[in-house]
Amino acid sequence: MNPGLPEGAAPGPVLEVSDLHVSFGGVRAVRGVSYSVRPGEVLGIVGESGSGKSVTTAAVMGLLPPGARVTGSVRLHGKELIGAPERVLNSFRGKSVSMVFQDPLSALTPVYRVGDQIAEAVRVHQRVSKETALVKALELLELVGIPRPAERALAFPHEFSGGMRQRVVIAMAIANDPDVIICDEPTTALDVTIQAQVLEVLKRAQAKTGAAIIMITHDLGVVAGFADRVLVMYAGRPVEVGGVDDIYYRARMPYTVGLLGSVPRVDRGGRQPLTPIEGNPPSPAALPPGCPFAPRCPMRIEACDEREPPLFEVGDGHRAACVRWQEVRPGPPAPPGGGPGPLRVRGARTVLAVRHLVKDYPLVKGAVFKRRVGTVQAVAGVSFDLRQGETLGLVGESGSGKTTTLTQILELTPPQEGDIVVLGHDIARLSRAERAEIRRDMQVVFQDPLASLDPRMTVHDILAEPLRTHGRRDPGRRVAELLALVGLDPSHAARYPQDFSGGQRQRIGIARALALEPRLLVLDEPVSALDVSIQAGVINLLDSLKARLGLSYLFVAHDLGVVRYIADRVAVMYLGRIAEIGHVEAVYDRPAHPYTQALLSAIPLPDPVRERSRERILLEGDLPSPANPPTGCRFRTRCPKFRHELTDGERGLCVRIEPEVRPLGADQGAACHYADKREVV
Amino acid sequence: MTLSEEELAEELTEGPPPAVPSRARVVAGRFFRSAQGRVGFTVLALMFLLAFAGPLFSPWTYTDKDFTAFMQPPSARHWFGTLQTGSDVFAVTLRGMQKSLVVGLLAALVSTALAAVVGAFAGYFLGWTDRALSWVTDLLLVLPAFLILAILSPLFGPGQWPLFVVMLALFLWMVTSKIVRGMTVSLKEREFIQAARYMGVPPVRIIFRHVLPNLSSLLIVDATLNVSSAILTETSLSYFGFGIQPPDVSFGTLIADGSKTAIYAPWTFWFVAGLLVVTVLAVNLVGDALRDAFDPSSSRKGPR
Repeated sequence: MNPGLPEGAAPGPVLEVSDLHVSFGGVRAVRGVSYSVRPGEVLGIVGESGSGKSVTTAAVMGLLPPGARVTGSVRLHGKELIGAPERVLNSFRGKSVSMVFQDPLSALTPVYRVGDQIAEAVRVHQRVSKETALVKALELLELVGIPRPAERALAFPHEFSGGMRQRVVIAMAIANDPDVIICDEPTTALDVTIQAQVLEVLKRAQAKTGAAIIMITHDLGVVAGFADRVLVMYAGRPVEVGGVDDIYYRARMPYTVGLLGSVPRVDRGGRQPLTPIEGNPPSPAALPPGCPFAPRCPMRIEACDEREPPLFEVGDGHRAACVRWQEVRPGPPAPPGGGPGPLRVRGARTVLAVRHLVKDYPLVKGAVFKRRVGTVQAVAGVSFDLRQGETLGLVGESGSGKTTTLTQILELTPPQEGDIVVLGHDIARLSRAERAEIRRDMQVVFQDPLASLDPRMTVHDILAEPLRTHGRRDPGRRVAELLALVGLDPSHAARYPQDFSGGQRQRIGIARALALEPRLLVLDEPVSALDVSIQAGVINLLDSLKARLGLSYLFVAHDLGVVRYIADRVAVMYLGRIAEIGHVEAVYDRPAHPYTQALLSAIPLPDPVRERSRERILLEGDLPSPANPPTGCRFRTRCPKFRHELTDGERGLCVRIEPEVRPLGADQGAACHYADKREVV
Repeated sequence: MTLSEEELAEELTEGPPPAVPSRARVVAGRFFRSAQGRVGFTVLALMFLLAFAGPLFSPWTYTDKDFTAFMQPPSARHWFGTLQTGSDVFAVTLRGMQKSLVVGLLAALVSTALAAVVGAFAGYFLGWTDRALSWVTDLLLVLPAFLILAILSPLFGPGQWPLFVVMLALFLWMVTSKIVRGMTVSLKEREFIQAARYMGVPPVRIIFRHVLPNLSSLLIVDATLNVSSAILTETSLSYFGFGIQPPDVSFGTLIADGSKTAIYAPWTFWFVAGLLVVTVLAVNLVGDALRDAFDPSSSRKGPR
């Protein structure tokens, strides 16, 4: 038995991991992980990329590559799994322990029908006939909420949407009534509203099977509402373990405190700066001698560097690896929302205006004789404007048309329909000189910092490129200035982008965008590829740069927390149209469009108590195909209001007429015939 | 990093601007830091020195004939021996090396450059540019190169070697160009190319600054291979009596003649053959080192 973990009176642990070590060559990826889960319990394993959380799971499942050295013990129902022969491992994989992966597309075989795949999962471990297995498969599909299971079982994985595929994977995972379900970032690849659905399905699956769930994630919000106990990992070892409330409200490890402080939250208005964790996680090949977190820790003392602190017992079932745990205090409690802040007076100069923008893509079929079989309306009449010194957040799920809108603005080619006016110039009538001027004054920061920096160029050349393009001689000094501006060491200019960490690369991307002192910065998901603790630093940087350099941002993101933090105004897009637009505080505090309400309520908060008491507005189904949008209001097929609140007479209006954005109050407008403000966060 | 530290750093930058770490400088530095690069470059430089400065130290020129010494082994009078005609082997070998080095290296560079430019333009602009360039490429691919070179060879009289280089290069570039085109099409979608476009960098400059450097591994390997194949094509053309015309000599003509007498007079063959091998080896070393120098990930093999 593992002495430090709480001894439940009821059944003993199903899965017990003690002192697990994994090393690849000389690199120690996992250094002493111990935990146990009891039936029906949900254990959240939280950590940033490289913290060893996925390797731990792979070790438990016996799925590590041959080069890995595993020591320690993993016991399932008291049976040792480390060193067990492959035959034994196969008999429990998928039966007693099953897994849900991050990417549901690669977890399903593309050439088999979904129903057959689930039936196969059943037949591997149960001696039943094909027919019985198929019947069981249909039951499972029904359980995970796939409509018309008999019909959908005949479909192939690529015919399913991401959320539906993940449901299928969950169905396969529970096919054999497992005792433990390991979920490795099960919702990371999904949109927020779909994530809420899938989490709901997981809860249902757990209730049905009574299995223990190990939930591996980097999203502190997902764990808050779902887990009973949480294990925080850093540099290959657990640094804090405890009940979910202990971790979130009484954290005793500075890393946990830092992690919680660096999450931008949808429920907090009023711009408190985020507290990023300085520096970068250590490389597992070169760990510092003492506490691995010490180099980044705000509470570091000399004792920290002497040796790695063990897990101290800091409360009932709550352990933390910090020598100063008694002094560690969680961050200040969340101040109450405080209602919509004072509406700022908007700037006078418009830097970007988009009016009734439309962009269609033809759907063509055939290789030799291409014929048009339909039209995808990626953007269908979007209007917004952005004033000097303002940040407009453009949010929406995948397929909402936000990227297309952005591309249309950046391409500087005349739009198919509508107008785009950038910095006072209509882009349909641009002279060569004006185009060059806009290219200088409007810059872009991309989502993936590694992909957007030429891997073959030194940082110096990358930063000098815009300067040279727009005729600035001798860029050396300016490059050093820019690096310093974004908080990097100017002496690193001779390095290549791959020598930097993710956060530093994004800073280089930002420095490049700032090189020409632009007036408008277009940011395409600039922080979504970064870890939480790094993300906070980049957000703070963007915020301070905006104030210092008088920039305007068009900020595209799917993370509503980030947008609330950085934006002044927000536009919520749904299926190529704007559902709601307005001042951030107004839209977040009292959203008027049913879609905005659902979106906001779907976001998990890193606050267990509120998370448990929250009433979610769950959207049903998936985003309709943009090739064949519903008549009238585009949201009506998934609209909870349309389904449950409106009378048949009222619904007629939604079916017939597509609503335009109508103003509702000082700076807020929603495209709904029956908009009405509600608090949801 | 916090804001105060940023501002601090900003003030620290006031000072003499440091050496500008641009790509050319970094690549050159990395090239000369590798042993391969240094050795290859030195050997190649020595070969050039030998080919062009060597004849100054020899009492014989390649046209001289010593009628007192036919087919003599190496001696103090004739360092590499003499041929059946009484020519000094040292003098003719160096003369042949001059031709072959220049023709081989230039033909390889021209053909790779042509492949890179045509392929990248076709792949980047697509549309009509692509169609026109692809027609030309396909046309040259189906023409029998050897036959055409043979037919045109009377043109390559004395002093006409640049034309010969161009003709050689013209039949070496097509396959590489097709590969480059395909890679450019996929590279064009990458975000850093988009970033450059949105920055207002003109397309031609994007091709030379971003597309081609990212294909440099392929291009360098191609150029290295082309050096040997250009020397060999020239050799085989000369062997059949086309290409370099007498009284001028090249490695090709020398090897062709020497191979007949190699058994009983090895000095007529082995010096030429040895120098050819060393040249090709040096070119390969330089190519390898250059490829590594361009590739930022090559120097870090271990886990980071």
